[in-house]
Amino acid sequence: MKRCLIVDDSRIIRRVASKIFFELGFEPDEVENDRKALEAVRINMPAVAMVDWDMPVLDGLAFIEELRKLPGGDSPIVIFCTAENEVHHIERALAAGADEYIMKPFDSEIVRSKLTILGALD
Amino acid sequence: MQPEDFDFFARLLKERSGLVLTKDKGYLVENRLQPLVRQRRLRSITELIGGLRSGDDTLVESAVDAMMAKDTGFFRDWNPFQHFRNVVLPSIRVARKAKRAFRVLCAGASTGQEAYSIAMILHEAEADLRGWQVEVLGIDLSQAAITTAMSAVYSQFDVQRGLPIRTLLKNFQKEDDNWRLSEVIRTRVSFKAWNLLDDLFPLGRFDVVLCRNVLPYFDMPTKFATLQKLSRVMADDAVLYAGVEEPLAGVSSNFQAMDDNLGIHIVQRPDLGKIKSLAAAG
Repeated sequence: MKRCLIVDDSRIIRRVASKIFFELGFEPDEVENDRKALEAVRINMPAVAMVDWDMPVLDGLAFIEELRKLPGGDSPIVIFCTAENEVHHIERALAAGADEYIMKPFDSEIVRSKLTILGALD
Repeated sequence: MQPEDFDFFARLLKERSGLVLTKDKGYLVENRLQPLVRQRRLRSITELIGGLRSGDDTLVESAVDAMMAKDTGFFRDWNPFQHFRNVVLPSIRVARKAKRAFRVLCAGASTGQEAYSIAMILHEAEADLRGWQVEVLGIDLSQAAITTAMSAVYSQFDVQRGLPIRTLLKNFQKEDDNWRLSEVIRTRVSFKAWNLLDDLFPLGRFDVVLCRNVLPYFDMPTKFATLQKLSRVMADDAVLYAGVEEPLAGVSSNFQAMDDNLGIHIVQRPDLGKIKSLAAAG
């Protein structure tokens, strides 16, 4: 089963996202901040990471930049998932190395269609 | 809902739209008509049906409209659009290189996402289509859906269903909480309120037809008749995209499946043209 890392400081969002990814055939793993996310990816690189922007320790942009420097850190598909919905935010996230961008609120259909675009579904 | 009211409405709906309601769909009718009851300040579904029985034409139109499924999305199912971009479009460029023109029909265009997805692909291929006349026409029974399609403004939810984020940034401008499609894409598509059950000849002839997620709502004779009509407004080598997992084998002999998974069919006539062999090679 493909692994998916969900990084968000909101427990509710993590639950919702985990359920969606599980139903799409992923093995979801949740962490609540970017420091824990960096520890998690050092141990086991996921196929997909869904990352919030505003988090208490590092922010999502810093996480992506750190992730992309790691050995094998190019391989995960990174989806930014945030309430920030201005064009300049989206451009910054893509420049930092995000593959896709989801504006909250989201539903399973949005996640499914983004994963389809990225060729991440079997 | 009273059984005789349901039967009356099911007959009316089938006659006007081809949409078939099975007996277990009473809840669906009530769900979809309830907003109309409120909007018209009626007391009940029964009163609404009474209005329909009396032949109130605008009410009939609104009621039929309310029953139409409007769920759609940009690049729905993704792969058929990749196929259009990578296989069908290059084939057409060869097959129509003398005429330098082709036409695409989206039948059941709903709120426009499918037609605009095609337009975005055509726009990307602009360098190869310089000097070509390319028309994209979207038709739908629902005037409300067509009006939305023509406005080309979509909610944040709509633009996240199927649109890659870079395609969104490239082709839309943010307007408050909504996203407006750029003029250059919008003006590539025209829309008409048109019933698939009506004569299609006035629409002209098409080289590619998308009729996806429409036929499953019809009964067998209506499916057959619709496919026959579509085949008659299609060029001899035209391509039909039915929905994914909508096999037409056993429904109509006017089309031959190329790829059931993608819903791709070729008009079936003795004099098959160039696109078929080219597409098969691709």
